[in-house]
Amino acid sequence: MTYDFFYKLFNSDIIAALIQSLLPLFFFILPYALFAVWWERKVSAHMQDRLGPMRVGWHGALQPIADIFKLFQKEDIIASDTDKSLFNLAPVLVFVGSYAAFAVIPFSSAFIGSNLDLGVFFLVGVSGFAVAGILMAGWASNNKYSLLGAVRSVAQIISYEIPTILIIITIVMITGTLNLNTLTQIQTGYFWNWMIFGGPGTGITKYVLIPFMVLGFGIIYISTLAEVNRTPFDIPEAESELVAGYHTEYSGMKFAMFFLAEYANMLAVSALVAVLFFGGYQSPCGYLGNILGLKWFIPVEQLFWFTAKGLFFVFVQMWLRWTLPRLRVDQLMNTCWKYLIPLAFVNLIIIGLITLM
Amino acid sequence: MIQYFKNIYSAIATIFIGMKITFKHLFVPAVTIQYPSVKPKLPDRERNRLYVNFDDCIGCDQCSRACPVECISIETVKALPTEDLGKTSQGKKKALWVTDFKIDFAKCCYCQLCVFPCPTECIYMTDVYEFSEYERSNLIYNFSVLTPVEIEEKKANWARYEAEKAAEKAAKAAAPNPVNTPKEK
Amino acid sequence: MALKTEHMTLNMGPQHPSTHGVLRLEVELEGEIIRSVKPHIGYLHRCFEKHAEAMTYPQIIPYTDRMDYLASMYNEFGYAIAVEKLLGIQVPERVEYIRVIMGEFQRIASHLVAIGTYGLDIGAFTPFLFCFRDREMILNLFEMTCGARLLYNYIWVGGLSHDLHPDFVRNAKEFVTYFRPKVKELNDLLTYNRIFIDRTTNIGILPLETAINFGISGPNLRGSGLKWDIRKNDPYSVYNKFDFDIPVGTGLIGTVGDCWSRYFIRVREIEESLKIIEQALEQIPEGDVTSAIPKRIKPPVGHVYSRVENPKGELGYFIISNGTPNPFRVKVKGPSFVHLGVMNELCKGHMIADVIAILGSIDIVLGEVDR
Repeated sequence: MTYDFFYKLFNSDIIAALIQSLLPLFFFILPYALFAVWWERKVSAHMQDRLGPMRVGWHGALQPIADIFKLFQKEDIIASDTDKSLFNLAPVLVFVGSYAAFAVIPFSSAFIGSNLDLGVFFLVGVSGFAVAGILMAGWASNNKYSLLGAVRSVAQIISYEIPTILIIITIVMITGTLNLNTLTQIQTGYFWNWMIFGGPGTGITKYVLIPFMVLGFGIIYISTLAEVNRTPFDIPEAESELVAGYHTEYSGMKFAMFFLAEYANMLAVSALVAVLFFGGYQSPCGYLGNILGLKWFIPVEQLFWFTAKGLFFVFVQMWLRWTLPRLRVDQLMNTCWKYLIPLAFVNLIIIGLITLM
Repeated sequence: MIQYFKNIYSAIATIFIGMKITFKHLFVPAVTIQYPSVKPKLPDRERNRLYVNFDDCIGCDQCSRACPVECISIETVKALPTEDLGKTSQGKKKALWVTDFKIDFAKCCYCQLCVFPCPTECIYMTDVYEFSEYERSNLIYNFSVLTPVEIEEKKANWARYEAEKAAEKAAKAAAPNPVNTPKEK
Repeated sequence: MALKTEHMTLNMGPQHPSTHGVLRLEVELEGEIIRSVKPHIGYLHRCFEKHAEAMTYPQIIPYTDRMDYLASMYNEFGYAIAVEKLLGIQVPERVEYIRVIMGEFQRIASHLVAIGTYGLDIGAFTPFLFCFRDREMILNLFEMTCGARLLYNYIWVGGLSHDLHPDFVRNAKEFVTYFRPKVKELNDLLTYNRIFIDRTTNIGILPLETAINFGISGPNLRGSGLKWDIRKNDPYSVYNKFDFDIPVGTGLIGTVGDCWSRYFIRVREIEESLKIIEQALEQIPEGDVTSAIPKRIKPPVGHVYSRVENPKGELGYFIISNGTPNPFRVKVKGPSFVHLGVMNELCKGHMIADVIAILGSIDIVLGEVDR
């Protein structure tokens, strides 16, 4: 809808597409990333009975801006023996991997970056950029421990992509479409039409599906947690091999890119889980615009619900970070290959049998 | 096989128990106080910077000898018998000019061992803890109130008094002993 | 023909977030498996034993504080008992009771730091802050009594420097009732957490024979199954008047002698210390705490060795006196120094991430290792 609007305004499809694709970046994702930095510090502080940032702005609300200023003016240190082109390219790739995923996620019925019919497939594929970026960062740092940290991180990410994909396949089997916009529109109505409650439709199939949907939700939440390198799976970031892992040698703006890309990634996978299981931008209880008779208000409300669901899952990710200790690398791999993947396969087979009936 | 499912169950159960605890703590008021604007109330036995009430100091050197890190340095000059230095607040007459009383707070370990031996209780610990300086030499506090001119004067006085006494003694030793002269008949 | 391989040497340098102080560990690796660990110490050496030869007996007490700075009361306690044995003086009963109360509070504070930093090493950030919040209350109690929060100079040879503050008993009882449910909360959050158990069980197993041969004492020895506590086996002060239990590693989860059982003993020791404090607060007699402090300490020629149960292990003082106000030699047997020697045995065959878990479970303080 917005693409048509800009096309009529500028009469050029390139400019319309450019503006359309930059809109979410500047008006949603960057403000969200700054907000998430502040929110994480406040949430962690209040869970630990302390206060968090209080001095910069009201209750520290301007703290991330101060942090970004600080990172902006830091010297960009590049060690001498590094592979300079790879070193400079790595943060860009990681950044691209996080932000490109937002192209196919429906923010509301009026706005979707690109209405691909292969939406989910694109999303899974583009998050592979991050893997290449991390490996480049570890190798180009010319540092034994960065390389080891990067290698472990890559092993972690590619292992945990498998349960993610298996659960995505179960949803695709039930709904029959890879397009995220269509997926969201299928879950219209009230909250009992959401996929986690068995999807739209009536009949016994819906109620039989519920326990397996819950199991699938659990598996995909845990594996996406591992994909974004959050505790309990944050071996690459915190004290990996005794130093800070693959982004040890980065300083200044490049480090800021890794940092912001992590928070954007968190929102991307939370949004994915929300779209797949919890109805995307659909409201659980009807639209205010319908009641008041204002048709233009509905997309705004949908944006609000989408943001609320995404932020809720991001909050649960932060909550888990401040509660749980870290898993060791071999235990991490153990969890993936011996627990999550067999359960995901069993889930797939059972749901396949149910949909056949 | 049973162990497999027990593992899954125990993992999920303990994770949820942990999450419940952290969630409850979100609503507990924070225990932090915002320091520069709100200062904590310190108890009355608090041990921070030392203070010397110089009017009561009799120059006995007990505090300097008790200090384990030798941060107190005291120099005294004896007063002439004619001079009146006044009394301490407990009525004791002072007999020494304390010319130099330096405490180096960079060395002080705040152990309070100097407070107990003082006979007039003139050295004690206050609750001042915000006394940082930019130069290390500014942390050497001088408690003596005599000006350098006065210090020189007192030292000169005493040196002269000593010299006079020594001369008197020498004169007495050289002169004949008048004690055992026989009585005039 | 076998391939010629070389072991890789990894340096966990003096500045590191997980070694509790300035400690350098030289780790020799074969792939991921550790072949040997060599600790290099001395970065915090401050010549305590040499200083002690130049000072009088009361002046040494601020220096003993600074050895194990997380458990200062116990350092002073051990020293005071040693010199009193040398002098042959008897302190009033009130002094003994107050010393025990302060010592047990200090034990709780030291174990809270050990537990909190161990959680931090494993990756759980929240229990660290909960432990420190509770430790603040204990430090407030100490501040009320003697004016300092960490390095007290409170327990003197022959008595104490101040008597208890009038509000102390009431505040201490309030603390005990406040703190009991917090231990349960800590257990729920950290001790029985599945991930924590996976990280710490069956790692760093210390067999009992090895422990006795290396001279390990304290919670590390009790973790390997031996019920040995100097407060019960060689009682000093008035510990024989209290009714408390000695927790021993029983293999409840994991094996006897692994990191989890050493950690769990520290949690249970906190509960036992709360019991001792309650009983002591009921039974304190009246008296004058400064009456037995000698004016000048000039012990007769001789030597004495006395030991106390530090929160970390057996703290021993060997003092040789030659009749002057300054001791001839003060030798300290610090438990952390002895325990660091067993790191090599414990780490063999494990992976890198386990070194930090094992080091945290031994609970060393570099001030005591290097003195």
